[in-house]
Amino acid sequence: MSVSLETRDLTIRFGGHVAVDRVSCVFRPGELTAIVGPNGAGKTTYFNLISGQLRASAGQVLLDGVDITPESAPLRARRGLGRAFQLTNLFPNLTVAENVRLAVQAARGVHYDMLRPWALRRDLIQRADEILGEVALESKRAHSAAVLSHGDQRKLEVALMIALEPRVFMFDEPTAGMSVDEAPIVLDLIARLKKDASKIIMLVEHKMDVVRSLADRIIVLTNGACVADGDPATVIASPVVQEAYLGIAPKEKAAS
Amino acid sequence: MLLSGNPPRGKLLTALIVLIVAALAFAPFILQGSKPLNVAATICVFALLVASYDVLLGYAGIVSFAHTMFFGIGAYGVAIALYGLGPSWTSILIGLLAALLVAGVLALAIGLFSLRVQTIFFAMVTLAVASAFAVGASQLSWLTGGEDGRTFSTPALLRPGYRLVENGPFGVEINGRTLTYYLVFFGVVFLFLLLLRIVESPFGRVLQAIRENPFRSEALGYRIVVHRTAAVVIGALFAACAGALNAIWLRYTGPDTTLSFSIMLDILVMVVIGGMGTLYGAIVGAAVFVVAQNYLQALMGVAFKAINAAGLPFLAGFFNPDRWLLWLGLLFILSVYFFPTGIVGKLRAETK
Repeated sequence: MSVSLETRDLTIRFGGHVAVDRVSCVFRPGELTAIVGPNGAGKTTYFNLISGQLRASAGQVLLDGVDITPESAPLRARRGLGRAFQLTNLFPNLTVAENVRLAVQAARGVHYDMLRPWALRRDLIQRADEILGEVALESKRAHSAAVLSHGDQRKLEVALMIALEPRVFMFDEPTAGMSVDEAPIVLDLIARLKKDASKIIMLVEHKMDVVRSLADRIIVLTNGACVADGDPATVIASPVVQEAYLGIAPKEKAAS
Repeated sequence: MLLSGNPPRGKLLTALIVLIVAALAFAPFILQGSKPLNVAATICVFALLVASYDVLLGYAGIVSFAHTMFFGIGAYGVAIALYGLGPSWTSILIGLLAALLVAGVLALAIGLFSLRVQTIFFAMVTLAVASAFAVGASQLSWLTGGEDGRTFSTPALLRPGYRLVENGPFGVEINGRTLTYYLVFFGVVFLFLLLLRIVESPFGRVLQAIRENPFRSEALGYRIVVHRTAAVVIGALFAACAGALNAIWLRYTGPDTTLSFSIMLDILVMVVIGGMGTLYGAIVGAAVFVVAQNYLQALMGVAFKAINAAGLPFLAGFFNPDRWLLWLGLLFILSVYFFPTGIVGKLRAETK
């Protein structure tokens, strides 16, 4: 079953400040949408509104045509909204393997099984080990998440997301702070997810080369509002993006 | 460990746990007299009570001050049933089931109403409810016996007068007291193993995840209020069982033996000394603490006399048996300073 996700006039105000301003967008399966914009444009806030970490002041989020705006983050996660975080957000004192297993467990709906030892759930353990292999972390499975390098923590974050098997993937700057040789592992994983045409993939990203190589569509947010939406080539070339995002006014460009 | 897949980990720790459990298992044959057996039974009861608290504090990261209330509910349930319905096994069963029901419902209510908010607020709510419950228990004297509590008889099999074997192994008489001790011991062993299994289950891992990062747990689809409430209910049920065993052992239930805030503090001290989030810490913590509580005073009495006799009254003053709490306090501070992860944490780290 393919998935549909839509935001209608999604808005959040913090006091007088409108952080996300009437953003309406339809996200299509099989399409990787990159959300770009300057710092403080409301990209992460927009993500938080969709995945439920923040509640909207106005507007709606619809998943498969169902209005999920009143639902809490865990319920949205169970409906298939998978969220990875910009600032690394793991279970620091559990091992790498345990971190992934918790996500596998969530995906399989094992929430309240309390009478069987964890070690007997071979199915969960095997699946977690497979995913650790995919992100090249299997050698570090017994380390606690807190002692991993920044790059490995980012990979683990992506591993949790894959383990959760969501229908909508929401990556928030997955390669932020990663070294040049580590970033491709994560980007390859995302590119591989793209092959499954039944999933929606959303990506907040600063690096334009990443956006160019991965995105099928770009949305530009500035001051909380959606100012451009379309295929990468058109959006990157549009004056509004040149000005708002890249900080190059068309005039200056013409002058140089 | 076939039972839970959760062994103590570490040679030193395993040796220590085996030693304590063996000592408790053979206590009636090793120790003569009623006081040592009483100490052994108290260690058993507290090992279970502290373990059930560790599920909250060490695994789920919930700070509750209502644990003695659930302990008291178990103790009063059995006491009231045995007192009112007469000394039979049916009374014990009825009392225990009623206590579990009350403890479970109360824990559910406290959990659902207050676990969505911050830790500190939940701690305050539990403190208020526990205080109210303690006052209520001492006021309803027609039911609970008030400040005096209830003294009651246990079924014939468990009374000291009952003699099963006059001359058992090591020439020790096996009487009702011995049987009661083993009821407590095996009850605690069974419930402790059950707790080990619960914390080592997929559910137990989710509790740890919530303790580590509630925000991320929610993003994975875990409803933290439901999980935390379940942890509080489990803790309450096991605490009530510990209370029931305590009542059967003492043949008495009163506010001082179950509901007092000083017992809550003892639980906190034991869980910290033993090591939070390990369950095995409960056994070690209870053993160390209860032994110190019962024998430190006597040990100091000996030291006091010896130093006095040596003509050093000023130095002897430090060892006056009345000052044993000072030394217990010092021991606590030193153990927290040198073993911040508890004795269990330290032993595990040593043998890694």
